[in-house]
Amino acid sequence: MAHAHKLEIFRGLLKFKSNTQKIWGVLVFLTIVTGIEVALGISKPTVLTHNHVLGMKVLNWIFIILTLVKAYYIAWDFMHLRDEKSSLRRAVVWTPLFLVAYLVFILLVEGNYIHNVIQDGFITWDFN
Amino acid sequence: MDSTVTTGVEENVWGGGGNRPLGASYGKLMMWFFILSDALTFSGFLAAYGFSRFKFMETWPIADEVFTHVPFFHGNYPMYYVAFMTFVLIMSSVTMVLAVDAGHKMKKNSVIWYMFLTIIGGAIFVGSQAWEWATFISGDYGAVETKGGRILQFVNADTGERAALADFAMTLPDERVVHENKNGIWFYDEGSQPSYSVNEVLEGFKADSNILVRTEVINEEGVKQVLSRQESLAKLKNATQVVEGANLIHNEYGSRLFADFFFFITGFHGFHVFSGVMFNLIIFFNVALGTYEKRGHYEMVEKVGLYWHFVDLVWVFVFTFFYLV
Repeated sequence: MAHAHKLEIFRGLLKFKSNTQKIWGVLVFLTIVTGIEVALGISKPTVLTHNHVLGMKVLNWIFIILTLVKAYYIAWDFMHLRDEKSSLRRAVVWTPLFLVAYLVFILLVEGNYIHNVIQDGFITWDFN
Repeated sequence: MDSTVTTGVEENVWGGGGNRPLGASYGKLMMWFFILSDALTFSGFLAAYGFSRFKFMETWPIADEVFTHVPFFHGNYPMYYVAFMTFVLIMSSVTMVLAVDAGHKMKKNSVIWYMFLTIIGGAIFVGSQAWEWATFISGDYGAVETKGGRILQFVNADTGERAALADFAMTLPDERVVHENKNGIWFYDEGSQPSYSVNEVLEGFKADSNILVRTEVINEEGVKQVLSRQESLAKLKNATQVVEGANLIHNEYGSRLFADFFFFITGFHGFHVFSGVMFNLIIFFNVALGTYEKRGHYEMVEKVGLYWHFVDLVWVFVFTFFYLV
């Protein structure tokens, strides 16, 4: 039966002997990433919460990037996207990525604008 | 054929001969269509959450202070239980891939076992979710809501720890007359009442000088603002009702939108996990009955697997945006 799995992750840095081994390897990796997230979420180092990049706390950037890393490995190795044709992979990834990026951009900009209106407007919104 | 995972003979629903768009079978591609549209629904929810949070940036509740409970343990353990739930879901995702992998090798018994473990994992997750909801709904410290809909919480002045209403509220003689069915033409049941009246909380506050009011406002340090004694008393003049726990209208943890989004997003996700468990159960029985053994391939396992991993994938995002960020 011809079903070959691609057995390397981290761009070939780590090669596994069988698909089962790769699955456990990915689990270990995802667990480590979640562990880091939870540790950072509980300790909240001041270096990361008091410095901002592009208007957002460094800590939040770390969380979002680690989430995308986790999402990548779930989609690529658990949902077998690594073994699918690249056309399917691209259709699956770029469509929502584009739409979601657009929606998030619009809603966050709008939310921020309303925030400023509530903050600096002449009308009071807080009736104590 | 190194590009497809599917094995064995296919039912060809595509028509048009052996052509298979994107090298995937009909069923798998349709599952991908569904997953994509569902992903957009979840993104809509999470983006709306982001919108509301940006709108109320400096008064939004801090998730660490809301989800602090672990079943069977008392005390303050932020995050641990949600982290455990995340791990359970990832683990059940792993057993699902192992089931798919065993399916490729036509090992019926391994598929049965892995499917079984996946279902157990899903059930533990849904159970945890239910417990989380119950804890959130019943609340822990209690708070007071003002005329303008703001939430005022209480802290101990010396320790800075949160103070529960029960710690300081007085019990005053009750003169409430309960409206009964026989006295009214239009009769409503009065619904549930908070354990203390606003007056009892106020009197208790005046009597105990160690209690201060904490507002929803987050200061520069990233912690909620605590008022002085005078400011607290001034704020409390506007108190209209006592809030214990959370529902769609009142929320003792702060912004009511936080509770609304909590119920909608985790509820929608929990519903997905529940349906996932149901699908997995159906497939589990089919595997056990040997349906796929007869069919010659285990592609159905792969399809529900896709759905199950998707549910896990969504949780990764919910976890980040609801509990961490």
